[in-house]
Amino acid sequence: MKVIKIDKNDWTRGIDKSRETYQLFGPVTDKNQSVFKQLGKDAYPEMGRTDTIMSPKSVLFPQTEKILTASLDESVENHHIMQMPETDTTPRAVIGIRPYDAKAVQLVKLNFDTPEYRDTYWCDAYEATTFVGLAVNQPSASDFSTSMGSGPFAEEGLDLLLVDLDDHYLAKVLTPKGETFLDGAGFNGTADTDASLKTIQGMKEAAEAAITSLVPTDKLKEKSLLDLHGAPFWEDTAFSCINCGTCTFVCPTCWCFDIQDETKGKSTSRFRNWDSCMSPLFTMHGSGHNPRGEKTQRVRQRFMHKLKYFLDKYDQGSMCVGCGRCVEKCPVNIDIRSICNTMNSYEPQK
Amino acid sequence: MNTYTKKIRELASNLLKEGKVDLVIGFKEGTVPMATAPGIARTPEEADGFVWDANCSLNLTNYLTNKKEKIGIIAKGCDSRSIVNHIIENKISRDQLHIIGVPCTGMVDKNKIRGLFEDEITEFKEEGDVIRVKTGAKELTIDKQEYLRGNCRTCMHRNPVIHDDLVAEPVVEQKLADPFKDVKAIEAMDADEKWNHFENLLSGCIRCYACRNACPLCYCPTCFVDEANPQWVGKGQDPTDIRTFHFLRAYHCAGRCTDCGACEDACPMDIKVRDFTRKLVKDSFEIYGWEAGLTLDQRPPLDTFKPEDPDDFIK
Repeated sequence: MKVIKIDKNDWTRGIDKSRETYQLFGPVTDKNQSVFKQLGKDAYPEMGRTDTIMSPKSVLFPQTEKILTASLDESVENHHIMQMPETDTTPRAVIGIRPYDAKAVQLVKLNFDTPEYRDTYWCDAYEATTFVGLAVNQPSASDFSTSMGSGPFAEEGLDLLLVDLDDHYLAKVLTPKGETFLDGAGFNGTADTDASLKTIQGMKEAAEAAITSLVPTDKLKEKSLLDLHGAPFWEDTAFSCINCGTCTFVCPTCWCFDIQDETKGKSTSRFRNWDSCMSPLFTMHGSGHNPRGEKTQRVRQRFMHKLKYFLDKYDQGSMCVGCGRCVEKCPVNIDIRSICNTMNSYEPQK
Repeated sequence: MNTYTKKIRELASNLLKEGKVDLVIGFKEGTVPMATAPGIARTPEEADGFVWDANCSLNLTNYLTNKKEKIGIIAKGCDSRSIVNHIIENKISRDQLHIIGVPCTGMVDKNKIRGLFEDEITEFKEEGDVIRVKTGAKELTIDKQEYLRGNCRTCMHRNPVIHDDLVAEPVVEQKLADPFKDVKAIEAMDADEKWNHFENLLSGCIRCYACRNACPLCYCPTCFVDEANPQWVGKGQDPTDIRTFHFLRAYHCAGRCTDCGACEDACPMDIKVRDFTRKLVKDSFEIYGWEAGLTLDQRPPLDTFKPEDPDDFIK
């Protein structure tokens, strides 16, 4: 295990140097809101910001992505034949990604990179990306990441973990990709590894202890899927839901998409757009049949998918990393922590 | 417990006890600071969960659409006007409703208050017009009236226009020299400035449709943006499609919008979508002398026809 010390006075220079090799993405303020974006030439990641409203999932999975194009001009060769557009798979680095968001990327990977299918667009982007994480020294009140298999200093899915120590960062090198990034940025200040790891361990324990939001998930696995599906609490849970897409769009693990064709003049393109199970149109059949025609069914789908179906299918925990974004942003305060609690403790009436 | 909360619980509980309604719709305490959750009570005991404070900003009329039950509903001034809309648009009948009116002193702009702090708000306490807000690092006492939402600052109908009970004596209505100052500022821009203003306004839109879905007017069974056959609007992040959604949604609210501000409250990206609807509120007022949702006895200007209409286009 190698730890590098980065003096904050060298930070800007290193970031600039890394631009020679990488397209950079990071947290920036856009109209008073903190979001993850590709950084322009003069933009630097705002490392001091607390959580971003939108997760960095769009770095690998843009909200709208062109996946195929074709010409409808019959005088052109291969007209009407869909082809992949040119995609940019040059190296990119996500600076300041939070540990729970990096964990989310790993969960999304289970869907996009399976033994049967490989989603070219997502996987190519993933392979091109270096994840430079930033540990969370002060978790927010709605952060329940330790309950969801992640945590403020969790390392899963990261190539580097930066730990903020006021005037410098300690960078824990987790993968060769991470090491390459540090080389590219010219960050090479050595640190006393043992002492640094000890410091980081102490801060990790303090941050984990600062998380007050604990959500039990221990019984979800043994619950009967059909019991939960038929449970009476969904009606009241769903009452206040206005069926907007906020929770699914701010969620770092929601990965459902919809395919749309758009034609202009003699050229046509196929796009995929983020979709939301909250929308009445979601998975609506061509026949007109809607498998989840009622609001309650849609709300149930969201929580069952995250906390039960995914768990049953992959046995790798919930499809929630406890970032707390949906808790903060839901206009009607539907709180996944309460629902998880209700599901975990549900006993069907005999 | 504040007197409003106490009275709301008492009235709601009695309605349920006496069997006058099947359920009451109100606000319940949220799970994070500055949040409230719309909720229902079906028993007098459940009515004890209702609360009232300056975070009850959503419009509960949204939950009335096409309901069949007999419903008690908590309504501040703007909500009551939306209820009037719902009744004249046949989305619910007056007989089905028992309206618990709340004379309102305004709801707070949560983002403006959050902007006062570097770190996360951990406590929000309201005592009359004084609000105490705490974070890990500091505590501030602020004057509620200075942190009202945009629509509450220009509101001239704080008292419910229709109600069966009132939780308190009516409050004094605001007198404003110019309620449409904000709209006039945009009207005064030249074409380029206007274009830039609205481009900038919409630049963060993620098309989650929270604004539409929080709006009590947006009850179409299938919204035009969701229509698949024919499909009117692209579904992606193309700016043209984003604009089309916002422009058309606003026009669908012309002469109906009560400026309740639920759209802005719900927006996760803090987009001031009322910049669109406010212009239509102003036009309705200036052209037709119309303020939406004030009376059950008159059809809204855009769904009536008068042979003596002075405008040429009709002849």
